[in-house]
Amino acid sequence: MEQRATASLWEWANPVKFLRLSGWLLPWVSWGAAICLAVGLVWGFFFTPDDFRQGSTVKIIYLHVPAALMAINIWIMMLVTSLIWVIRRHHVSALAAKAAAPVGVVMTAIALVTGALWGQPMWGTWWAWDPRLTSFLILFLFYLGYVALWEAIENPDTAADLTAILCLVGSVFALLSRYAVLFWNQGLHQGASLSLDAEENVHDVFYIPLLVCIAGFVLLFVALLLLRTRTEIRARRIKALQARERAA
Amino acid sequence: MIALLARDLRLAVRAGGGFGLGLAFFLIVTVLVPFGVGPETELLARIAPGILWIGALLACLLSLDRILALDWEDGSLDLLATAPLPLEALVSLKALAHWITTGLPLVLVAPALGVLLSLPAEGYLWILVSLALGTPALSVIGTFGAALTVGIKRGGLLLSLLVLPLYVPTLIFGAEAARRGAEGFSTATPLALLAGITFGTIALLPFASAAVLRINLR
Amino acid sequence: MMPDLGKYAFAVLASYGSSLALLAVIVWASLRRARRIRADLEKVEARRDGKS
Repeated sequence: MEQRATASLWEWANPVKFLRLSGWLLPWVSWGAAICLAVGLVWGFFFTPDDFRQGSTVKIIYLHVPAALMAINIWIMMLVTSLIWVIRRHHVSALAAKAAAPVGVVMTAIALVTGALWGQPMWGTWWAWDPRLTSFLILFLFYLGYVALWEAIENPDTAADLTAILCLVGSVFALLSRYAVLFWNQGLHQGASLSLDAEENVHDVFYIPLLVCIAGFVLLFVALLLLRTRTEIRARRIKALQARERAA
Repeated sequence: MIALLARDLRLAVRAGGGFGLGLAFFLIVTVLVPFGVGPETELLARIAPGILWIGALLACLLSLDRILALDWEDGSLDLLATAPLPLEALVSLKALAHWITTGLPLVLVAPALGVLLSLPAEGYLWILVSLALGTPALSVIGTFGAALTVGIKRGGLLLSLLVLPLYVPTLIFGAEAARRGAEGFSTATPLALLAGITFGTIALLPFASAAVLRINLR
Repeated sequence: MMPDLGKYAFAVLASYGSSLALLAVIVWASLRRARRIRADLEKVEARRDGKS
């Protein structure tokens, strides 16, 4: 390790430190995620009563709410790391944003799928153009565009720069879309809101396992993020070494 | 600056295709819709504002990659970047040229196509106003997308994937204004919001487009 | 053992099934790529050390 670091210490100083730290952290976080998810989901699925209005569908909350929370928070995390990259030129930061995006896609997909499956028995329809659902669908499109842009560009630094700016501009437009959608649907049917606010009608019996599940999803994301960022750093190193080999 | 604008306009008209293609596409989309949903006048009149807006949006999208790609390929973009003109002004001019060659004709033919979709009489004015107010935003946002994907071979599909989500707010407010106008309601709120988006993007997005272009030219 | 899900059994089971499947896919894909890249890096580094 030391021998390698001397080659160009400056270039690799931070990634090396990151690799060491994340390598130590990764097993802890992974086990934490596995335990929280197992406890939370088993608790939620087997040991919670049915809701008097929603029946057994209330069990979907243990997947739907954490996934939806993560879908938004992962985008915010990508925005922050993109900003750090743009301002401080910190390579790990850009790679972390790249590593997070596919996880965000999956979280958004889970939120949408469980939402549809929940909506079918409760609202009588798989899909309604409810403001919240629509916003999530738009967020999903933003994630797809972001991932596609990363994939399309050869030069890693250019890709990091361009996706960072896309993330910035996309965040502004995602927010705009959120309010536009709110305006649009209220403009159509006054007051007929299908959206059920999760926190409002949740009792303690449901709330505690839900918290465990949220913790599980957060930890799972952190574990995946560390793992995937490590992979990206190594992939970058392979590219750099191969370039050097060709040059030599 | 004016010389540059004139050059872009001349190129767009002369290069054949670029200019009329968007209009032809708009016409075809509008003609296809009744085949898809059936010829009932009532239904068509109800969806006409939305169809016209979506048609205009797609026609706009079609010509986006021409904004910068040609200049990129023959290297004149590198020359323009080293010129004393700031890159922000350059992308704004490009967007303006795109709007004059694509957006403006779309706005002008939209009422004519409204006839095909039996748009109610009150709707003509509002479809014209909302498109005139909204299409500049489409051009500016599109220029940002074109700048993002300019270095990518066959970036057309990616360009659509990146730009279409960004078009959502403009489409929502524009189509809402046109629909309310056609149904005889007040259009003040959506038009004000649409104007907000248009002027906001014109003021701010050129900075993002120029930054992106600078990275791509590096 | 299995709780009585009543008439909503399909919705609940499908939600859990699809979500867990999606999570499994992303975990599996991440692990697979991590292993592959790690092996590649070791190969490239071994080659470099051999030469120098």
